[in-house]
Amino acid sequence: MSEPLVLELQVKPLDFLAAGETATHFKETLKSLGLPPDICRKAAIVVYEAEMNIVIHGGGGVMCLQVEEDKVTIIAKDKGPGIEDLELAMKEGYSSAPDFIRELGFGAGMGLPNIKKNSDELYIDTAPGKGTKLRAVIYLDKRR
Amino acid sequence: MMKISEIEALLGARRLFDTAALEKEVEYALASDLMSDVLAFALAASLLITGLTNIQIIRTATMLDMTGIIFVRNKRPLEEAVALARKLDIPVLLCKKSMFETCGLLYQAGLKSCTILDEESD
Repeated sequence: MSEPLVLELQVKPLDFLAAGETATHFKETLKSLGLPPDICRKAAIVVYEAEMNIVIHGGGGVMCLQVEEDKVTIIAKDKGPGIEDLELAMKEGYSSAPDFIRELGFGAGMGLPNIKKNSDELYIDTAPGKGTKLRAVIYLDKRR
Repeated sequence: MMKISEIEALLGARRLFDTAALEKEVEYALASDLMSDVLAFALAASLLITGLTNIQIIRTATMLDMTGIIFVRNKRPLEEAVALARKLDIPVLLCKKSMFETCGLLYQAGLKSCTILDEESD
């Protein structure tokens, strides 16, 4: 695997039937590449949480998966309202999701903390009115 | 450790469709109607017990490599959820018992809980 594998998929806003398709697709791709199950699982959780954020808050966006020899990188970009207080959004239990999202079983304020927990590096570039770009890196071998 | 098919018999539950995956074994379970929490706490190869019926339940369980799903309180998953469960081949049981009773019976039978707090927490 010399050239990095790059996949990019559009995520539609507020489409709760399709939500998770990107994560399922990315996970199948990682499995088909023969990556270890725990790496596939961590990446799937990160992609799914980020995808739900784009569906719920981001007004749609783009998800990108990059696979290199030593790491998996997940990028989620949206042109939504941005995150006003990132420190607050990173706290478990803080959520700005509306009630109908909670009725689906989401919006408990665990998304970003869970993304952080399942990635080795996490960068979030956001500002009110500017949308959000999230980049999460998972190393295949943490000892490197 | 219990097979999903043994759990079906213990609970008097009904399988949604036949699959060889009903013979897989589980050691741990997580009961919740909050998928946010399931995503944060479920162990791989564990069992999901829930009363929510939308398609994201199937997405959540498969994303986490969970072994099977029990819908409690006589809830039936929505059509699109059933279709996705079949497609991804994750066993689904339908149970008339409450979540509390389901958990009680499975706990009594030796299933263990997915740990909620990690080492870093209080």
